Amino acid sequence: MDYQPDSDEHQDGNALAGPLSEIFAVDLTSALGRCASCGVTEPVARLHVYTRAPGLVGRCPHCGHVALRVVRSPDTAWLDLCGTAALRIPLTS
Amino acid sequence: MGVVSPGFRGRARESSRRLPPGQYETHDFPVLSAGPTPRITRDEWEFAVTTETGARHAWNWAELTALPSDSPTVDLHCVTKWSKFDTSWQGVSLDVLLAEVETAADFALVSSYGGYTSSLPLEDLLDGQAWIAYGYDGDDIPPEHGGPARLLVPHLYFWKSAKWVHGIQLLTEDEPGFWEGLGYHDYGDPWREQRYQGD
Ligand SMILES: [Zn+2]
Repeated sequence: MDYQPDSDEHQDGNALAGPLSEIFAVDLTSALGRCASCGVTEPVARLHVYTRAPGLVGRCPHCGHVALRVVRSPDTAWLDLCGTAALRIPLTS
Repeated sequence: MGVVSPGFRGRARESSRRLPPGQYETHDFPVLSAGPTPRITRDEWEFAVTTETGARHAWNWAELTALPSDSPTVDLHCVTKWSKFDTSWQGVSLDVLLAEVETAADFALVSSYGGYTSSLPLEDLLDGQAWIAYGYDGDDIPPEHGGPARLLVPHLYFWKSAKWVHGIQLLTEDEPGFWEGLGYHDYGDPWREQRYQGD
């Protein structure tokens, strides 16, 4: 896919911090995610996040594939991570 | 002394009658997008219908715009709760495009340049309910609103009306599209407020 982002259209992955904090006990924006499509590993905070949509769509900044999606209804959250091959989550020991 | 004209009250009454539950009226045209805006030239643009047997029917830009067109004026209802009244489009009815297509399918998966998809029953694309639109408000459709061409199926929530439409697959079983596969309603009737699965 020929990914041609326009910086007016998306925010960075920090836009995911609030919505994901409802679901996970740790801050996932500092986790390292490996793109299931191109294999590049980047912090979740570097994703290109499209927020003017029915849900949040996080795209790999390198290849543009969808790495993560979140939909929030009044009583349910849906999370799609099938575009993320692995998440490396830093934890305090 | 304030005088509210009967015309103004009439408009307000009409507005509430045309507004599905949970929606508010907007006068601008919000741009919603799950990804970057693809820039597709008319020269490279193509639209194809693929049936459940694999038969493929394709139209390029010249072929599409040579077909008889309609100029529907419709209300739009976005699942993010805005509604926009009296939008004017130009496009080719799916009745025209599907007239020569032989199929026993019940479902359609619409796909776009850029990878977006939406799904709906095939019957909702027929009987004057849906168009491949290539004109908006007397002009070309701007890329951010789905140009050069988008699906227009205004009786369902607007996420079904895929921007930058590229093809429709006719299927014997429902295959959820981009939002139908992540919590949104399979059908999406704004008048029954079918936003999420289970609504
Ligand atoms: Zn990638």
